[in-house]
Amino acid sequence: MIRYLLNRIFWMVPLLIGISLISFFIMHLAPGDITASEASFDPRASEESRQKLRELYNLDKPVIVQYGLWLKRMATLDFGTSFASHQRPVFWQTTDEQGNVRKGMIQQALPITLLINVLSLVLIIAVALPLGVISALTRNRAPDRAITLFVFIGFAIPGFWLALMLMYWTGVVNNWLPISGLHSIGYENMGAIAQIFDTLKHLVLPVFISGLSGLAGISLFVRNGMLDVLHQDYITTARAKGLSENTVVYGHALRNALLPLITIFGLSIPGLIGGSVIAESIFAIPGMGKLFYDAVLMRDFPVIMGILTIGAALTLIGNLLADLAYAWADPRVRRGVMQ
Amino acid sequence: MRRALSNPMALGGFVIIAIIMLLAVSAPLIVPFDPEAIDVKSILLPPSSTHWMGTDGLGRDVFSRMLYGARVSLMVGIVAVGIATLIGIVLGSISGYYRGWVDVFIMRLVDVMLSIPTFFLILAVIAFLTPSIWNIMIVIGLTSWMGVTRLVRAEFLSLRNREFVMASETLGARDGRLIFRHLLPNSLTPIIVSSVLGVASAVLVESGLSFLGLGVQAPQSSWGNILTDGKEYIEFAWWLSLFPGLAILITVLGYNLLGEGLRDALDPRSSN
Repeated sequence: MIRYLLNRIFWMVPLLIGISLISFFIMHLAPGDITASEASFDPRASEESRQKLRELYNLDKPVIVQYGLWLKRMATLDFGTSFASHQRPVFWQTTDEQGNVRKGMIQQALPITLLINVLSLVLIIAVALPLGVISALTRNRAPDRAITLFVFIGFAIPGFWLALMLMYWTGVVNNWLPISGLHSIGYENMGAIAQIFDTLKHLVLPVFISGLSGLAGISLFVRNGMLDVLHQDYITTARAKGLSENTVVYGHALRNALLPLITIFGLSIPGLIGGSVIAESIFAIPGMGKLFYDAVLMRDFPVIMGILTIGAALTLIGNLLADLAYAWADPRVRRGVMQ
Repeated sequence: MRRALSNPMALGGFVIIAIIMLLAVSAPLIVPFDPEAIDVKSILLPPSSTHWMGTDGLGRDVFSRMLYGARVSLMVGIVAVGIATLIGIVLGSISGYYRGWVDVFIMRLVDVMLSIPTFFLILAVIAFLTPSIWNIMIVIGLTSWMGVTRLVRAEFLSLRNREFVMASETLGARDGRLIFRHLLPNSLTPIIVSSVLGVASAVLVESGLSFLGLGVQAPQSSWGNILTDGKEYIEFAWWLSLFPGLAILITVLGYNLLGEGLRDALDPRSSN
């Protein structure tokens, strides 16, 4: 097991180098000098201060040296400071000489996005599993047709449009749910339980929007997986043994149909993180997606590079966890890994 | 072709796409108003017999803007997927045919590209270029070739061990003949299916980018940027939000139906 893990981690190294190369390449797509865009935030920025910046980011050195230095900083998780937001640290908090702590931008945004994604996954599992099973068991009859229609619409509906419609319906017309931000006014003065409820109320729409297309996909996946499994010999054997239909469906078929879901969840991580841009910027949720969108609008290069790298690293970690979970859940793979 | 269109899903999708394409192509002939003409006397009018889908905040006719938006969506979808499919076929063929270290290299490249959240990657590139319809097509194309590459490679790997390919190889056929005469034609079905489904997601990405203000720029209209206006006026002009959203939904649904229907109709394995 340990060897398998080490081997997998070893293979992440070339991937990380590739990711860093692509991120670095994108930064150099920018026409002109990146200090020009920072200087443009401050009309007083003189040629002298721009020169200082160029030295700070090593822009006066050859590209290959720049890449090496940048890689060295990445390896120590030093993502620098933001151009646009008063030099805030991009990744993690720093303490200056006076002992003032400045929180990192990603440090504050990441937990919010992770919370939304975890809640979306819970929603997806809670809704898509029963839908997929019902669909498979009523194949080509009315419930299956209705669920398939829902799946196709779920795939095709633009999330940002649905978000707008829901904002209008639940927020403007009926005033059921808050439509923007993460907390209500006066959040600081609420009790702990009221605070949790307030945050959850703000998260209902964003979680639904970011989970919807995954929900459609997973329902379809569970349906097809169940249909495949129900044709297997061991299901016929289970039926022939005289097991009840419930035991056959839930004890034998569903458990096997669910295995590949672990991998699918691993693979869906980049989509979920990327999808957070639209949901978070519509609902003004201060997570990774909103942070990235704002950074893109302001051409805040250190933040863009930082989020690209962290987002990719999260994906790799997610895939690794999915593979480990798969090895743990599937005895055939588990035995292979142990040997 | 007849077999493909006898599938009700494929036929439904085909009809939807055909109608939208017809509207898009004939847009300059059938628009009732100039889509970019500002008319301050008719701002935010609800749908009526003159303005079928109402007017926007600058008094422009939404129906005319929708028709021109259809041109943008279709063009972006098709060109972006064309680029992605071309790259995918080339890299996938090389990878699956020659195998060895080239294969390892290309597959690692695919892994790298897949581990960066695509929407972040697209936004990052757009941030450094000026947003325009051409840049968007190229960027979407350059960030969505990984699926086709894997697909073509997998097809090649399995086809290479089939008797007809080995026979041809034994008879002394060259690489080019094997690839273009045997391997590629037999991989065509999954490539077509994945391209059609790819257009659907490219349409969604373009409209998302335009909605965020990083795609097609005003005054040129796209379904995504009409929705940006819709968001602005959502409290008193529902028509600005409703119609572009429905248009995107129907278009994407059409491509998905066509793609899934083709897969069912052309793939003997999935017919059960």
